[in-house]
Amino acid sequence: MSAVTAEHAHDDHHDDHAHGPEKGWLRWIITTNHKDIGTMYLVFALAMFFVGGAMAMIIRAELFEPGLQFVDPQFFNSMTTMHALVMVFGAVMPAFVGLANWMIPMMIGAPDMALPRMNNMSFWMLVAGILLIASTLFMEGGAPAGGWTLYPPLVLQTGKALPFAIFAVHLLGVSSIMGAINIIATILNMRAPAMTLMKMPLFVWTWLITGFLLIAIMPVFAGSVTMLLTDKFFHTSFFDAAGGGDPVLYQHIFWFFGHPEVYVMILPTFGVASTIIPVFARKPLFGYSSMVYATAAIAFLSFIVWAHHMFTVGLPIAGELYFMYATMLIAIPTGVKVFNWTATMWKGSMTFETPMLFSIAFVVLFTLGGFTGLMMSVAPVDFQYHDTYFIVAHFHYTLVPASVFILMAAGYYWLPKWTGHMYNEKIGQLHFWLSTISVNILFFPQHFLGLAGMPRRIPDYAIQFADWNMISSIGGFIFGASQLLFLWIVIDTIKGGTGEKVSDEVWEDAHKHGLEWTLPSPPPYHTFTTPPAVIPSDH
Amino acid sequence: MNNEVAVKNKKLVRNLAFVAVAMFGFGYALVPLYDVLCEWKWIERDRPDAIKAIPETAYEIDVNRNIKVEFLTTLNENTPMIFRAEQTQITVHPGEYHTVNFYAENKTDKPMVARAIPSFSPALTSTYFEKVECFCFSEQTFAPHEGKSMPMRFVINPALPSDYQTITLSYTFFDNTQNAVKK
Repeated sequence: MSAVTAEHAHDDHHDDHAHGPEKGWLRWIITTNHKDIGTMYLVFALAMFFVGGAMAMIIRAELFEPGLQFVDPQFFNSMTTMHALVMVFGAVMPAFVGLANWMIPMMIGAPDMALPRMNNMSFWMLVAGILLIASTLFMEGGAPAGGWTLYPPLVLQTGKALPFAIFAVHLLGVSSIMGAINIIATILNMRAPAMTLMKMPLFVWTWLITGFLLIAIMPVFAGSVTMLLTDKFFHTSFFDAAGGGDPVLYQHIFWFFGHPEVYVMILPTFGVASTIIPVFARKPLFGYSSMVYATAAIAFLSFIVWAHHMFTVGLPIAGELYFMYATMLIAIPTGVKVFNWTATMWKGSMTFETPMLFSIAFVVLFTLGGFTGLMMSVAPVDFQYHDTYFIVAHFHYTLVPASVFILMAAGYYWLPKWTGHMYNEKIGQLHFWLSTISVNILFFPQHFLGLAGMPRRIPDYAIQFADWNMISSIGGFIFGASQLLFLWIVIDTIKGGTGEKVSDEVWEDAHKHGLEWTLPSPPPYHTFTTPPAVIPSDH
Repeated sequence: MNNEVAVKNKKLVRNLAFVAVAMFGFGYALVPLYDVLCEWKWIERDRPDAIKAIPETAYEIDVNRNIKVEFLTTLNENTPMIFRAEQTQITVHPGEYHTVNFYAENKTDKPMVARAIPSFSPALTSTYFEKVECFCFSEQTFAPHEGKSMPMRFVINPALPSDYQTITLSYTFFDNTQNAVKK
């Protein structure tokens, strides 16, 4: 690429890398620009957040009272399955890939992603995969209804939808592997010369590690669903007891993928939290290198603890003990992280703008979700929690007020940079308080339901669970409705927001915390075509 | 992007793509690996023992203990059979031999090959549940509409820990005709 600076991008010369965006709608189909693709990922993820959210609203409406009200049990189970698949593969993962696309090149002083054309392809494969899985809702026999874990033999009873769901998983897998390869190549090869590995922002570090996780696990998931496919249609017996197979084997393979997968959703969350908290505490991040090592340690441990999802399948006692202790170990690097965020805020001159509020709520509520995880790591007591609403409460605490809250925080934090407009702080704070209060009304009672024995994935329940379910549903409806405020804010900010002109660094002294704040707001279509000579380093 | 970076990118992408393909293979490698690991002595997987016949040994009968043994019979999806235990529940002393008959019938007009797979609850009791004879040790062949009574002879090893008072043994019949024909 020639050394044309961004200011000259609109000039009419003949280096086609340096032109502005394509005119018309075709821009969005053929674009290879990391900012365009990042925007598409984020918009798509937001749309899927509302689709998956609508499914959750159906679930909570049905569970509002005992008995069957609105939907039949088969469709209810399709909803729990599809809600999970859409939220994991359509909302949370693409949202973080979108943030990676937008921010990583700007954070490391690169002109674009390493493989721009593959970047475009992985986005459109994601759309194809999600459309394919959504299409199963309209097929004979309904969408998959055996839970997102797709356990055989139950999942093999899916109607016409089974092969479509499996091919959708293949597409989503290829899409995320390509995305991961692209991100790793960008981080390892495209950094500005002054940006050494241990100077990288933590968001970049966490994504580098997440990229390796994705490359290691998505193919295993693809393999396990391929085995389901051949068991169903080609008379293999990987998991079929009649032919000498073992359904428990599927669980081992699935969770070998599935456990690192939950860290795919939480590690970039840690990265964004470590980026936002220092800016609003006006202090450097406490313990930068320990954050890097803790992330790597969590990623490593995630590969050797998978069977804690399977304590009740009849594991040998040695296995139960090993997976119990290995799982408990994860609390150590995670504890290091929580300690570091707290220490970063300690004696800082904190201000509480919306991104910071969401980040603080993340630290508190994620820790709570982590503690229930620690409870379930204890194999003998896990028998009580297994497949109850307790586990539902646990993983929703680590996903909604953690990953989703941090995605909201990231939205508020970088929207002024992306658009050049300031969002409405009052509505933002209203969104924060409504979300934080309602998310606890929604999920906290589910701990009680689970301890009392209410199983997950059922449309009807015994009468003694009625009160807490009703409270949980009310929290769910408030939470769902509050997210419309976020949608309004995003649209309003893109259209001009408060009308206030934002500076390059947007937040006070943010230029000390990241290269992106040294660029204009909004940044020109092409940035860092020549690498920056000086990089901020506050750690 | 200069040439040097492009070359570096290409090499890195090739290596990472190789890792992805290798991990797809690793998923499949877990299948034989699982069987190998489950053969390790200290793993004590319950299934192989439950399928193997154990020679009849004389134990001292512990008349002071009563163990309730329950029998469940299930048909896998699409297995057109009738299948039931002739006694659904018996109470036995550890060390005492019993024979329970199971009845199964082919409901179709075609010959059928089917296989019964056992499962114990609590799973750890399977080690102490010794079968000297069982219809589940091999595939069963049924003529069209044939029904037959099949024995299962067992003893509970008196070494069974005293915490266990009830053992549930479940059999599921799988229609294996298609795979049997192929062989």
